[in-house]
Amino acid sequence: MSDFALPPGLVLMFAGALIPLLPAASRMAVILLAPVATLTLVWQLPDGAILATTYLDYEIIPVSVDALSRLFAIVFCIMAFAGGLFSLRQEKLGELAAAFIYAGSAIGVVFAGDLITVFVFWELMAIASTVVVWMGGASARASGQRYAVVHFLGGVMLMAGIAGEVATTGSTAFHAMEPDSISRWLILAAFLVNAGAPPLSAWLPDAYPAASWSGTVFLSAFTTKTAVYVLLRGFPGADILIFFGLYMVFYGIVYAILENDMRRILAYSIVNQVGFMVTAVGIGTEMALNGAAAHAFAHIIYKALLLMSAGSVLYMTGKSKCTDLGGLFRTMPLTATCGIIGALAISAFPATSGFVSKSMISQAAGDEHLGLVWFLLAAASAGVFLHAGIKFPWFVFFQKDSGMRPKEPPISMRAAMVLMSFLCIYLGLVPGPLYALLPYPVDYVPYTGSHVVFQLQLLLFSGLAFFLLLGFLKRTLTITLDFDWFWRGGGRALAREFNWRGGQAWGALAARYFRACRGFAEALYRHHGPDGILARTRPTGSMTFWMTVMLAAYLVFYLS
Amino acid sequence: MSEKDKMAQEKPDSDHWLVRPENIRKLWIVFIAILALTVLADLFVEHHPHFGLDGTFGFGAWFGFISCVVLVFFSKALGALLKRPDTYYDE
Repeated sequence: MSDFALPPGLVLMFAGALIPLLPAASRMAVILLAPVATLTLVWQLPDGAILATTYLDYEIIPVSVDALSRLFAIVFCIMAFAGGLFSLRQEKLGELAAAFIYAGSAIGVVFAGDLITVFVFWELMAIASTVVVWMGGASARASGQRYAVVHFLGGVMLMAGIAGEVATTGSTAFHAMEPDSISRWLILAAFLVNAGAPPLSAWLPDAYPAASWSGTVFLSAFTTKTAVYVLLRGFPGADILIFFGLYMVFYGIVYAILENDMRRILAYSIVNQVGFMVTAVGIGTEMALNGAAAHAFAHIIYKALLLMSAGSVLYMTGKSKCTDLGGLFRTMPLTATCGIIGALAISAFPATSGFVSKSMISQAAGDEHLGLVWFLLAAASAGVFLHAGIKFPWFVFFQKDSGMRPKEPPISMRAAMVLMSFLCIYLGLVPGPLYALLPYPVDYVPYTGSHVVFQLQLLLFSGLAFFLLLGFLKRTLTITLDFDWFWRGGGRALAREFNWRGGQAWGALAARYFRACRGFAEALYRHHGPDGILARTRPTGSMTFWMTVMLAAYLVFYLS
Repeated sequence: MSEKDKMAQEKPDSDHWLVRPENIRKLWIVFIAILALTVLADLFVEHHPHFGLDGTFGFGAWFGFISCVVLVFFSKALGALLKRPDTYYDE
């Protein structure tokens, strides 16, 4: 059918372009219906390369479908719908337009059958998401700029890598690769930049919390999870990803423990969660890859829910620092409940979506006898409950009484939170539909007595540790330096240092110059000044005297 | 001043039941009971340890607790080095 020839992502992108032009009522319809239409299209796509063409002798496959791309496209559609619903009150229409174009480009990436298509949608995502960040207002301008610089750097690496890959292999196909040539390393590096991997991970907690109360919800979903998708597709089983993943897991926990801003806490925990997925891609078995894909699906939903809960608090109170918040459960019970459901899901509490997805990753590490990886992942699971599962709800909704009594957010925002909460619990209780979407057949039962007891022990004793150590976790008005110091504070410190040294050198140079000028002027004054030897007026007598002396001398010489 | 005192006096009774001290004590008792139950549950389920250490009694409990303590103190140590006022980049 000719309908199938339409790349599904384009529907969302067109909708995004339309949004600012429409009157309020039809705008609402477009916001809610475009993701549904896209989802319908995605659902109907058969497997295989559906659209293919050649451009400059290169084979371009804009739409190529398999289970993995379908899974990501489905969750992106769900996200666009819930995000649109949550953002109905957003008055900056540019943000919604950019967010839909961003979501559409992400869907474009997951259906891309060749590297050139990946690159095109990759860059569209970078541009659209930068606009989403910028819509956060004047305070977001600098963060957005840094965000754009990092992502365009990633884009340059991707372009260079693709050019090298095409030059050496002659093929634009996007398939599983080994990182065994410079061009492939460049491609891998570009993918990792978007995943929030070190050393550039700071772009994520820098930019996402700078966006508006609704913008962050969109941002949390697409860039990092598209990166997980391309890693799954391009570099399954690349050992180095295990190290990157584990670093990200613990980086996210440690920085989130130290953080004061609730949305930055959640941003660090995105890096943490993507770390679990990257580790799984590195392990590379079918169980691990299934786990990474399932965890990406579950993560998009509960992370969006957490950020919706945080966004509602920000929308109603205008505050986002834990030191300013607290005690909001009294007047925002629904927001608090939804936030807690999201927090339980991210912690992989039994009966939530995180439990059925994250446990596959641990299982894969165990099956492969990767002892260290398994123990570190278990420790990290405890750490997730500590930094996100309890810390976020505790400091925002309980803690001390901040004295604020904000109302619940408007109905559209509440509806979006309830929808996402429902999905978190539904997928946790009925994992079958999610498992059916995974790329490989699933032979895994999450709910065994042993596993449930282990997870409950791990999480509840983490909770005990949290409350016993509460004194050490007190929030302070601080940030924690990261690698971005080198391009933020570092540059400035360097400039200051250079300025100081330069000033010293300039001062010395100027002093010497002035001394020279002064010496010259003084010499001039000495010789030509009022008392100068060359400025004296000479009496006529003295001239006559010297004339006489000279004539006498002449006479003496002449005569002798 | 008198008004503030009055509010402080009224608060324990008028505030939400969840923040009253006697209820917090009850919540702690319930929490500790649940913790004990999860550890005791180890006696009734069969674990399939991959590595040995993960088959010890109450592994999830002690491992989770120790992990969190280590993470918190590691974070504190790192924070001592890398924390800055949140206006650090603003000037």
